Amino acid sequence: MNSQIQVAPTVDAANPWATHAVRIREIEPEVRDVVTYRLAFEDPAVAERFRFQPGQFNMLYLPGIGESAISISSDPDDPQRMLHTVRAVGNVTKAMARKQVGDQLLLRGPFGSAWPVDSCEGQDLVIAAGGLGLAPVRPVIHYVMNRRDRFGKVWLLYGARSPRDLLYTSQYDRWREADIDVQITVDLGDDQWDGHIGVVPVLFDRLQLDASRTRIITCGPEIMMRFVIAECLSQKIESKQIYLSMERNMNCALGFCGHCQLGPAFVCKDGPVFTHEQMEPYLDVQDF
Amino acid sequence: MSVSTTPVNSIVSFEKPRLQGLLDALKQAGYRVVGPRVADGAVVYDELDSIEQLPLGMIDEQDGGKYRLERDAAAGYFDHVVGPHSLKRYLFPPQETLQQLRLKDGDWHVEPPRVADTPLAVIGPRSCDLHAMAIQDRVFLEGPYVDPGYRARRERLFVVSVQCRRAAATCFCHSMKTGPRASRGFDLALTELDDCFVIEVGSERGGEVLASVAGWKTCSAATVDRATEQSVRLERSMNQRGAAENAPHAAKPRQLDTRDIRDLLLNNLDHPRWDEVAERCLSCANCTMVCPTCFCSSVSEVSDLTGEQVRRERTWASCFTAEHSFLSSGVVRNSTTARYRQWLTHKLATWIDQFDTSGCVGCGRCITWCPVGIDLTEEVAAIRETAK
Amino acid sequence: MSKTSDHNSTEPAKKPTIAVFKFASCDGCQLSLLDAEDELLAIAHQVEIAYFLEARTRTLAGPYDVGLVEGSITTEHDAERIREIRRQCRFLVTIGACATSGGIQALRNWADVGEFIQQIYATPQYINTLATSTAIADHVPVDFELRGCPINKDQLVELITALVIGRVPRVPNYSVCVECKRRGTVCVAVAKGISCLGPVTQAGCGAICPAFNRECFGCYGPQELVNLKSLCAHYEEQGESRDHLVRLVRNYNGYAAEFRAASDALEQQ
Repeated sequence: MNSQIQVAPTVDAANPWATHAVRIREIEPEVRDVVTYRLAFEDPAVAERFRFQPGQFNMLYLPGIGESAISISSDPDDPQRMLHTVRAVGNVTKAMARKQVGDQLLLRGPFGSAWPVDSCEGQDLVIAAGGLGLAPVRPVIHYVMNRRDRFGKVWLLYGARSPRDLLYTSQYDRWREADIDVQITVDLGDDQWDGHIGVVPVLFDRLQLDASRTRIITCGPEIMMRFVIAECLSQKIESKQIYLSMERNMNCALGFCGHCQLGPAFVCKDGPVFTHEQMEPYLDVQDF
Repeated sequence: MSVSTTPVNSIVSFEKPRLQGLLDALKQAGYRVVGPRVADGAVVYDELDSIEQLPLGMIDEQDGGKYRLERDAAAGYFDHVVGPHSLKRYLFPPQETLQQLRLKDGDWHVEPPRVADTPLAVIGPRSCDLHAMAIQDRVFLEGPYVDPGYRARRERLFVVSVQCRRAAATCFCHSMKTGPRASRGFDLALTELDDCFVIEVGSERGGEVLASVAGWKTCSAATVDRATEQSVRLERSMNQRGAAENAPHAAKPRQLDTRDIRDLLLNNLDHPRWDEVAERCLSCANCTMVCPTCFCSSVSEVSDLTGEQVRRERTWASCFTAEHSFLSSGVVRNSTTARYRQWLTHKLATWIDQFDTSGCVGCGRCITWCPVGIDLTEEVAAIRETAK
Repeated sequence: MSKTSDHNSTEPAKKPTIAVFKFASCDGCQLSLLDAEDELLAIAHQVEIAYFLEARTRTLAGPYDVGLVEGSITTEHDAERIREIRRQCRFLVTIGACATSGGIQALRNWADVGEFIQQIYATPQYINTLATSTAIADHVPVDFELRGCPINKDQLVELITALVIGRVPRVPNYSVCVECKRRGTVCVAVAKGISCLGPVTQAGCGAICPAFNRECFGCYGPQELVNLKSLCAHYEEQGESRDHLVRLVRNYNGYAAEFRAASDALEQQ
């Protein structure tokens, strides 16, 4: 896909299979089957070198079980405090769910393309996330908060299936204090829920967007992103101003194994973050 | 001590039996030598000790889903073309260990990857195979990351390529501009003439090995011309395919119209031909396995029953399997239609976006070794005929 | 191994128990299990073989964590017994062609069993059998299946390792051709014109038969996407007789849904 790939300082381009040992420092339960792990490199020299860009992921490896691509969900300006929010759904993540503080894992990374946060500076920003899709965009929220004056209006539109499935609820107030307009919605409310009910794309109705200076960052189920994109396009936001994060079967993170191909892209290497302009020809092709 | 050598680009010749000398020289230089041999009804790559083991007097007739070896009194050592094996087996082996790990006191110890094998010399790759190797080099060596195992094997590979003097009906290197004449990517290139071998030196390593072969002599201009003419004639006859009606019952010689092929395929992702070919396609993955450029693989964990010794094993994988596009939310390409389309659009279209080259070298292996003889040149032609 | 548990979770952790049961079969798959003794010794301290009549006379009462079932259902009594075994096993695995598709004895499903009994047995009235031989999954829910006639030792070790470590067993569902090509075997169908079921059969055996110049006869059953219509049409075009194709497909896994449909269709053409 002719993208310029920068090899991270913690990845050896000549032996990209090499792993680093990390230890679980904290396990924070989030929602059902979802926890956040704080991982720390055992080798201080590696920890010192480690940095990541918002939207990038690590390959977490449990020997004998396998590797899994997990986005980094913490503050990119504080790379030492490395968080991964994980849903126990596959072989590796289920085995991770049985791990405890102090246990060792192996890690390669970071890999993948990033949300273009620097080029969003000076612009208005809409972050639209669904479900676990909030995890890969949380680094963007941190980035914005750390330099809030460089951005125009910033919205976070976030939805989940039910109030119990909303991620990072304790942090919304802090985000609001940082002048981020946080709008939350759920598909299905409960007795206590007095917020918005409906899907994320519907939240766009409430926004007054200046199409010429608005950037969109969206991450969540493909179907949700498709409706978010349709909403943005109808508001005359250009295709190249819309960024999305795609999910495919990422096995190696290096563009070697071929499993994550999506048209011309290797999602692991050219993605996971793409512009809508890049993905547009393929998004509506069935089973592509 | 000066090392004797034959300069790069020089052209020499030796009498046919002297080929044994080349084999011996390679072994002397520490190479394990592999070359074409007849086994189980086909020409495959296998260990080569003597030129007696080469398929002298054998030709291969190939067509969709069909490969037959035949005796031909006029045939030389290398008048077969490409068999089911390619250099891929040796550079990107079907199964390899990437890492070994051992659990000790709760911590994992990663053992360094195994040192690469003895250097390997392969006799026999054709121009299409050299192009295929160059394409896999782009995947494993020339991107942002380098595959260390591939690199180790690649650096130690010595290639004695062979200039084709006949083409199978399934060959279409002329369409892909990958042959028939090999012009680079070899250490030595052999042209078989009726009375001798003409050898072109492609690398310093090649020159050094050749220098230690007894009996070679500088080639006369007339002999060089004969060798060149042989390739030119073959190319001309391939380019004239389709102009003349071929004999009844003979396999139809292939060609592929590559004009705007990327856009042709990507603009026709919903063409009815994909469903039509899926009626015939078996999703068996043979095409991807025999393709010399297909590089998909899976890494799996092989642990002993205690879980304390783990090997990470990489094996050839294929876009024709469910595991290839598996997501926890479901398999992305769950039908043969989607899988065949993925394979063909990758090979001929998106490969160009990814690696600035087609993924097809026109070797025709996917046509021959498809159990039901699906022919990608025919599929592309059908799409072109009724394209949007 | 954490399926639904009816165990009392306050009990101290105990070794997972494995039970092995036999139905209509040749015992070959159980022999594969015995043949894996060297590998299994390594985890002898981690699992408890609670019930395995072919290996030891001591038996422990259920329930069991893992049940391995060999053989097909051919009698009323079998049909009863498998339901009880299902109740006793948290994770039920069928092993081999008989258990997963009815086995070679499912050839009776295309014939008159009554007639066989009359012809073969001196006192047919003692024979109490069903008219069909069917897969375990036709009677009770099955959690995992290991294919093959017999099963492959490495796959069995992989299954048990995975269950002990706590991951899904890595048992490929792609075609035999993938293993054949990795191995470097020359395709017997393409190079020799032998009608081979490799392209429609699930991998797992290591592609043994083609490596010995024989066709694959489908003993691992249907691969994930089966297109026997296209394959058989091609073999017929190459001069293969329809009778031969019916016999080829109607074999150890002949009663597996995709194979059954294909051989029936060939007969009806």
